[in-house]
Amino acid sequence: MSTIEERVKKIIIEQLGVKEEEVKPEASFENDLGADSLDTVELVMALEEEFETEIPDEEAEKIRTVQAAIDYINKHSS
Amino acid sequence: MTSPLIGNLDGQVALVTGATRGIGKAIAEAFVAAGATVIGTATSENGAATISSYLGDKGTGKVLDVTAEGAIEALIADVQSNYGKIDILVNNAGITRDNLLMRMKEDEWEQVLNTNLTAVFKICKAAMRGMMKNRHGRIINIGSVVGTTGNPGQANYCAAKAGLIGFSKALAKEIASRGVTVNAVAPGFIDTDMTKALTDDQRERIFDTIPAARLGKPEEIAAAVLFLASPGAAYVTGETIHVNGGMNMA
Repeated sequence: MSTIEERVKKIIIEQLGVKEEEVKPEASFENDLGADSLDTVELVMALEEEFETEIPDEEAEKIRTVQAAIDYINKHSS
Repeated sequence: MTSPLIGNLDGQVALVTGATRGIGKAIAEAFVAAGATVIGTATSENGAATISSYLGDKGTGKVLDVTAEGAIEALIADVQSNYGKIDILVNNAGITRDNLLMRMKEDEWEQVLNTNLTAVFKICKAAMRGMMKNRHGRIINIGSVVGTTGNPGQANYCAAKAGLIGFSKALAKEIASRGVTVNAVAPGFIDTDMTKALTDDQRERIFDTIPAARLGKPEEIAAAVLFLASPGAAYVTGETIHVNGGMNMA
């Protein structure tokens, strides 16, 4: 059973097509990992699917880094 | 007659709304002939059975009332779980509620906008995710020449069909990078039940405006749709193909 952090990172790697070592906590999806606006929407949708949760738009906008994604899921998954 | 680039849809899954008769049926049949599996929708059980019988083992008919709450999402989920994917989506289902604007009721406006435009938004939204994941998809929206030219007595229908073109262009730009194209085919006056409902007066005026001097055939719309669905059309997106016997040259 992988941790939330591992699962979030795995999704980021898959969705953005980046290497594991690039997925540092402070890495910004758009600035460091080359994501465009559509990539970030797809990423959020993939997170919603994996963790069976719904991320409201105003929260999704704040998820801009690897750590922010991990924090959000940690806070909102039961 | 099929080349690998045009008219070969082997192994592809297509969803065609409003496939009981007319243009939708011609599209479904053209797709089947090109090797695709087709799911056609109808508003009634009877219509769905009609579709299932003409598709035979190449597909199936499903009931879809596009205005029923949750119906669209349920159908897309059903198709994706039974067929694994949707490669091609043709939004063809449409209705008319003609009236001069002076007499048009809000209800007539809403019904036409809901079925012809809002439903397309919902179906695209439900189906596009799988296409984006697969990095392959074709969305083809059936518009109308009157969306460009206008037609008295059809302000609601013209508004919906013009809206469809703008919608297609916007969506085309959003998802082109994912290998999904979004195009429209705008039929002129085609020999279907919908145009049979026109008054003699409307018909006469329309005939005067068609250089080809005849109604189009549903198969002639299906041919344009088949092109857009084909592998060779991968670089065509946000486009509207007008198929109207020359009555309007955009």
